Amino acid sequence: MTADAKRVLVLIPAFNEEAAVGSVIQEVQAAMPGTPILVVDDCSVDATRSHAHTAGAKVLALPHHLGLGGCVQAGYRLAYELGYEYVIRVDGDGQHDPRDIPTILKALEHGDCEMVIGSRFVDGQGSHTSFLRGAGIVFFRAVLRPILGRPVHDPTSGYVGVNRTALALFSSTFPLEYPEIEALVVLQRKRFRFVEVPCRFRPRRAGRSTITAVKSLYYIIHVLLGVFVNILKFEGRRK
Amino acid sequence: MDRLFDVVTVFSLILIVWVLSSVRRSHIRVEYSVSWLLAATVLLVLAQWRSFDDWAASALGLPDSFLALAIFAGAAFLIVLYRQSLRISGLKDSSITLAQQLAILEFRLEALNEKVQAPNAR
Repeated sequence: MTADAKRVLVLIPAFNEEAAVGSVIQEVQAAMPGTPILVVDDCSVDATRSHAHTAGAKVLALPHHLGLGGCVQAGYRLAYELGYEYVIRVDGDGQHDPRDIPTILKALEHGDCEMVIGSRFVDGQGSHTSFLRGAGIVFFRAVLRPILGRPVHDPTSGYVGVNRTALALFSSTFPLEYPEIEALVVLQRKRFRFVEVPCRFRPRRAGRSTITAVKSLYYIIHVLLGVFVNILKFEGRRK
Repeated sequence: MDRLFDVVTVFSLILIVWVLSSVRRSHIRVEYSVSWLLAATVLLVLAQWRSFDDWAASALGLPDSFLALAIFAGAAFLIVLYRQSLRISGLKDSSITLAQQLAILEFRLEALNEKVQAPNAR
């Protein structure tokens, strides 16, 4: 692997995404030719692993189901060990449009932040969001505003890019369930910076979201508790 | 009222026997059984030590001594449950780290095998 190939890795966490993962990989290959793609298979019971292999991605196969946070962290750990400079996470369900990866990478390479969030709201689009999720986003924006000391438009977005500094942090410390919001507080705790760039989001191609209506209340309580615990560890705010 | 104390006595004895038998059949590791055995023994002693229960009830301003016993029992089992939650959390963290490291090792082993086999295939 050349030094240049060690720069960027596209990370795709996937759990039972056989219907979508192959086309997501093809879209990433079209958007970022030659960029290594790592699918982290969270012990799927369908053919996610073989579809990812066939489509040309490397697969990190977890021996048992860890949930989204554990799955993403495994990918971050491997990327860090392999020496990658930038890792861009794209969900395996097809909701994130890989054509926006260069936008995220460009913002990361600009160098004034450790994490870039692909946001569906930063330019006022906000499409393809259910009522419940939309309400949750508004709620968590309000919760996070005083904690982060700045607004965040799309705190639940999983379409993120991180540089090596954030990668080192997330390799050792990463929220295990519903990680997106807590990860922002973890970043803030370490005085890291993030920026949001506009990205296109689409409806998921197959399967169902893990956050159902019934789980929403649990999600809110869990994330609020996680945010609160992280505030207790707060080490200061970067201006 | 005496019957309630007898019920608690029988319950704590059953719990002690149950935990010991689980340890004997290796369903619970010895270190995890200690908290349960301790809580059950405390409950048994308190159910038999009526004078202490009466004193505790009057000290706490409770109307009867069984309420004091119930509060002690509740507190004891809450402590046991909390200790078990701590252990489960620690074990979950360890199992996640192990699973991630195992997956990474397998990934790297596979990559090494591919490298080794690639020249042989030519």
